[in-house]
Amino acid sequence: MVKQLATEVVVIGGGIMGASTALFLRKRGIQVVVVERDLCGSRSSGVNFGGVRRQGRSLAMLPLSQRSHQHWGRLTELIGTEAEYERSGHFKIARSQADMESLVRYAEKTRDCGLDLQLLDGAELHKRFPVGGAKVVGGSFCPDDGQANPRLLSPAFATAAARAGAQVFEHSPVLDVAHNGQRFVVRTPEMEIRANVVVNAAGAWAGQFAEQCGEPVPMRIRPPAMGVTEPLPFFLHWSLGVEGGSIYCRQVRRGNVVFGGGPGLVLDDTRARNRHTTVWAQLPQLVELLPQLKNAQLIRTWSGNEGALPDHEPIISASSRQAGLYHAFGFAGGGFQLGPGVGDVMAELIAQGRSSTPIDAFRIDRFTDPACST
Amino acid sequence: MIGSDFYLDDPRPADGPPVIVGAGPAGIRAAQTLLAHGLRPVVIDEAPQAGGQIYRRQPDGFGRTPKDLYGFEAGRASDLHQTFDRLRPQLDYRPDTLVWNAQGHSLDLLHTAQRTANTLRWRDLIVATGATDRVLPLPGWTLPGVYTLGGAQVALKYQGCAIGDAVVFAGTGPLLYLVAYQYAKAGGRVLAVLDTAPAVQRYKAAPAMLAQPAVAAKGVYFLSWLMFHDVPVHHGVQLLRAEGADRVQAIVWKDAQGAEQHTACSAIGLGYALRPETQLADLLGCEFAFAPLHRCYVPQIDADRRSSVPGVYLAGDGAGIMGADAAEMSGELAALALLEDRGIATDAARQAKLRQQLDKTQQFRQALEVAFPFPDDWAARAPDALVVCRCENITAAELRATAATQPQGDINRIKALCRVGMGRCQGRMCGVAATEILADTLKVPVAQIGRIRGQAPIKPLPLDMTVVSTDQEASHG
Repeated sequence: MVKQLATEVVVIGGGIMGASTALFLRKRGIQVVVVERDLCGSRSSGVNFGGVRRQGRSLAMLPLSQRSHQHWGRLTELIGTEAEYERSGHFKIARSQADMESLVRYAEKTRDCGLDLQLLDGAELHKRFPVGGAKVVGGSFCPDDGQANPRLLSPAFATAAARAGAQVFEHSPVLDVAHNGQRFVVRTPEMEIRANVVVNAAGAWAGQFAEQCGEPVPMRIRPPAMGVTEPLPFFLHWSLGVEGGSIYCRQVRRGNVVFGGGPGLVLDDTRARNRHTTVWAQLPQLVELLPQLKNAQLIRTWSGNEGALPDHEPIISASSRQAGLYHAFGFAGGGFQLGPGVGDVMAELIAQGRSSTPIDAFRIDRFTDPACST
Repeated sequence: MIGSDFYLDDPRPADGPPVIVGAGPAGIRAAQTLLAHGLRPVVIDEAPQAGGQIYRRQPDGFGRTPKDLYGFEAGRASDLHQTFDRLRPQLDYRPDTLVWNAQGHSLDLLHTAQRTANTLRWRDLIVATGATDRVLPLPGWTLPGVYTLGGAQVALKYQGCAIGDAVVFAGTGPLLYLVAYQYAKAGGRVLAVLDTAPAVQRYKAAPAMLAQPAVAAKGVYFLSWLMFHDVPVHHGVQLLRAEGADRVQAIVWKDAQGAEQHTACSAIGLGYALRPETQLADLLGCEFAFAPLHRCYVPQIDADRRSSVPGVYLAGDGAGIMGADAAEMSGELAALALLEDRGIATDAARQAKLRQQLDKTQQFRQALEVAFPFPDDWAARAPDALVVCRCENITAAELRATAATQPQGDINRIKALCRVGMGRCQGRMCGVAATEILADTLKVPVAQIGRIRGQAPIKPLPLDMTVVSTDQEASHG
């Protein structure tokens, strides 16, 4: 027995982008249904590194990242929990003079973006926090960047959206999306939902809907390679990254050091893992970066399927083909921090037809429209 | 299939020796069978010496006799050990080696003493990973002096020491009596055996037990021996808590009549039978199904021990607890299936006989479940303050509160939300108890809770390990 439902907006995907979009739509009083194939926030939104970082993002992305940053500052008000969010600071390490110069250039380029970057040389760094051993020549510190627990935060967005009046259906895979000339018809095994607006926030699986709607994108799956140590006495306040390198890590208050860097392994359409060659590369890098980890043990590895586009920017856009269709996907390696900002922008885009934050660089037709090839 | 540059390209090798993981009764018999048919397997084992948990050997220089160490099983133990010693020169035997991951057709190995890592590709693989204690925590179980039954047995067999000078054994299952007997026989002071199974269950099970009269007789013998030697044995008890300041000093329990009892002791051996070690089968991609007999998900096997993954065979307790004798048979049967799949002639009559014997064991195993039933009321009685997950210090109350927000009861989601099973043991110790509490809280069948997803490493991996061979991965990483 297929249940018939009518609403203003259907959001496909209950990850952080979809759930946040639903939440901000509700704040504008717009009726919304979220359909999630598995459990909300259980895929890449819930299993990513948990970095809440602006430093290192492209100039095109920083305005949106800043808008998101404002929401992170009032998380409890927004979703009713902090989900271990801390503005712990994010430090990007330079291991060579060339890397340091690259960080200096980035700091200059982003001077007016509100990151308040502090460039530290090796001596200053060792005064503040002895990290990275002798190879470190310095780095760039962003004091208000931080970290949060994605396992808790991403599901919390869906819960908050539901509390705000969104109808959230889990275990509801979308079979197809059609338009009957008047409205969209979104079908799941148990429902047929009619809506004026559809938001494609299906993460790694969003490409198929875009293609169905006649606007394929060159998205590929890139699984991160994540791991975590046993709990250790707390010593690492900052979230760490390495310029031009392939390791990043942070220590949670419980004591575990969470890390990533390098490619994971895609098992099939829905599952991914870390891969052994990556683990072998990660462990010595970690010990070199943080000698405190020398005698620690790795207790778990994981990954998730993340969608990546050739220019490393996501798609945040109205459809170029179909009025009423919107896309927000392709955030591999950097979506978590953007979650609240993207939800806010999508709701604004749907309600007002425009975004007050520039998102032109994230248009869906940028790979096909010659005018966009900048 | 969604597009990615990060799929694994690791086709099944066309040749290479068969690989056996685990050198307990199942692994040893599998190795023997393969050798007898002209194949020389690689045998990987976590322990320094072959024998498995049940026939664990004492370190060099320890002088207890097999009879002292293994009692009734001395003959079987000696036979297995001698078989292995005889075969060993022909095997590629790798002791002290943990399989920490499986990726495609590669096993990731860690030499635990040298902290060196390497990879072994396999064409066919017999997984004989065995079992560990099924733990249902008791308030106070994290006090020093509280051991699992298996741990108590390892102390005695491998380290030649007792877990305490005045010991209580509690829980249920055949191992409860065996370990109590072994302790008492070795000169340990056993103050009591506290069995949560009511005595009447034993009589209910008796007719079916006769499927294996010799095994049943051993059980009767242990019980009689304990009673003859004035070891108090109580049936139908309810375990309330372990008490003590810095370490355990007493166990508090209710007898079958409902009277509260207090037994001072210096150590407790606690256990409710065994649970299969299934992480490797999980990482290999084997299909699992819920097995009511084992009250948990186990990898699926056909009558000849083939898993759902081509080239992977499951022998012994790792595919469901059937005991050591059955493990020997299933090890041989798995090896015969492997040989058959390689196109090597095998003795069909022998296979038929092994299948038949395993069927009989299955009947006996069902009777054991009647004699020593799982304490169905354990979860409902577990107090809120009980620490269920000791790695992450997660209490029954926290589990219940989290379950209340997750009516579907998926244990992986609940793990993500409250950290149960997220510590060093990765749910190997706490998974059973957590599952029971979740099912009880949500009033759903245990099967609906699911199982904790296997994630490498199977056991903790030292960050400073040295990778000694990466040649295989260059082409298959």
